[in-house]
Amino acid sequence: MVRSQNQTTKLVLRVILYVALCVFALFYLMPLFVMITTSLKSLDEIRTGDLMSLPRDVTFDAWRTAWSEACTGIQCEGVRPFFWNSVLIAIPGVLISTLVGALNGYVVAQWRFKGANIFFALMLFGCFIPFQVVLLPMARMLGVMGIAGTIPGLVFVHVIYGLGFTTLFFRNYYVSIPDELTKAAKVDGAGFFRIFWSIFLPLSLPIIVVTVIWQFTQIWNDFLFGVSFSQAGTQPVTVALNNIVNSTTGVKEYNVDMAAAIIAALPTLFVYVVAGKYFIRGLTAGSVKG
Amino acid sequence: MSKWLQDNMPKIVLAPSFIAVMIFVYGFIGWTAWVSLTRSRLMPRYELDSFIQYERLATSPRFETAMINLFIFGALFIIIAMVLGLLLAILLDQKIRTEGAIRTIYLYPMALSMIVTGTAWKWILNPGLGLEAMVRGWGFENFTFDWLVDPDMAIYTIVIAAIWQSSGFVMALFLAGLRSVDGEIIKAAQVDGIPNWRVYTAIIIPSMAPIFLSAFIVLAHLAIKSFDLVIALTGGGPGYATDLPATYMYAMAFSRGDIGQAASSAMVMMLVVFAIVVPYLYSELRTKDG
Repeated sequence: MVRSQNQTTKLVLRVILYVALCVFALFYLMPLFVMITTSLKSLDEIRTGDLMSLPRDVTFDAWRTAWSEACTGIQCEGVRPFFWNSVLIAIPGVLISTLVGALNGYVVAQWRFKGANIFFALMLFGCFIPFQVVLLPMARMLGVMGIAGTIPGLVFVHVIYGLGFTTLFFRNYYVSIPDELTKAAKVDGAGFFRIFWSIFLPLSLPIIVVTVIWQFTQIWNDFLFGVSFSQAGTQPVTVALNNIVNSTTGVKEYNVDMAAAIIAALPTLFVYVVAGKYFIRGLTAGSVKG
Repeated sequence: MSKWLQDNMPKIVLAPSFIAVMIFVYGFIGWTAWVSLTRSRLMPRYELDSFIQYERLATSPRFETAMINLFIFGALFIIIAMVLGLLLAILLDQKIRTEGAIRTIYLYPMALSMIVTGTAWKWILNPGLGLEAMVRGWGFENFTFDWLVDPDMAIYTIVIAAIWQSSGFVMALFLAGLRSVDGEIIKAAQVDGIPNWRVYTAIIIPSMAPIFLSAFIVLAHLAIKSFDLVIALTGGGPGYATDLPATYMYAMAFSRGDIGQAASSAMVMMLVVFAIVVPYLYSELRTKDG
């Protein structure tokens, strides 16, 4: 008797648990659902229907407009050129900051010399500055260097301010590799780069994946540097999206806004779905230092 | 390779990053600090003029609003995200069959750019066509949810969107923490007949103190830097109702041509971040050496 009562309580609790989890899941999914359905509706349907209703007549017009016709200020070429700007910024930005971070982490973790720890502390500290404090001098510096408002200029900025994190990731990873390995290789006559290329790099695949995902998400999703250091033709997709949504001329095309937002989100969402495990590892590694 | 080159290779490899950090982080902070003590307007001027800019900040109603907003937004965002994150982590920790899928759903907003998040919520919270219109359409004619355009309430819409974006990340942190608690202790407690909720409140949660601290640091850091979300969701409006120090800084730097104010507000932001982060980093680095 008592036993069956216990089991009933357990079952009820279980049901409540699953209901709660589902309610939260709906909360997190709702905006995505609204974005997708809105992007598939016509403007008429948006005005007459409601937020959550499914589209009656599915149309991809808004997607076409968002991709190649929507106006970002005076330019009306959609988000396409800006999407490619983001690609052109993110790829070199990710590659360079990852490679340099790997070398830095390798030195700090395995070739400790006097001052290496101070260097690491200085870098770590730099991870936490609010970028507002470097915005003004950076704008002037890019001007002095002749790369203000260009894509190489933005790549440069992302590499500089990504180095702290990439160094941190690789340092924490390489610290766990016993230094006997380096010592033995040195005895065998292998030099600095030889040890890096043939011993450390092959061991580094997991941390390379984490770092690449972290940097890619950071650079792709950046807005502050993009809006501060780009001009009409070199803006990244986040800036273009904001311009489309907040341009005040004419009729507000909510379906186009939503389609543009999804397009801007697709690359990082794709990475998250494909490599979510590493994405989470990067997030937590960036906050809880190992 | 000459002997000297080989011996100094680690230092040579670090040198470019070291120089870059010294210039682009510390040098730039110095530049901003200097300019914050001058009467710079459209162009930087380098004659020091005591704390004139900070006095202007202290008497600026717009900056006062920004600081109050930062406090409201920061406090609510950190507290709710932590409570919600912990709750979700505990719910997910009950041997849920579809844990992987649910976790993915809770966490995906973190992969999105704040600009995308802001765009989505701007549409959902739009009083004319969004949630308010939908609930009215269901027959609740007097239902009102116009926080987005209400100067007194608009800051809370930022809180909603920010929590939607970041609470899944807090959940991931806490879930990792829950899983790292020694299983033997938990089993022993359960064998002793201690109810589940007591196991959490008396054993598991207290042992996660370091994770609470990490989550707090990350969330506080996010809150102080919040810029994109405000720009995309409210543009700082209505009026200046949702200004944060980050948007104040940007407006002064790039649209008001008041570099002195921009620099001094950036310094205030940095001091707030450092007041939170420095004790944390210091204690982390100390315990690691010891």
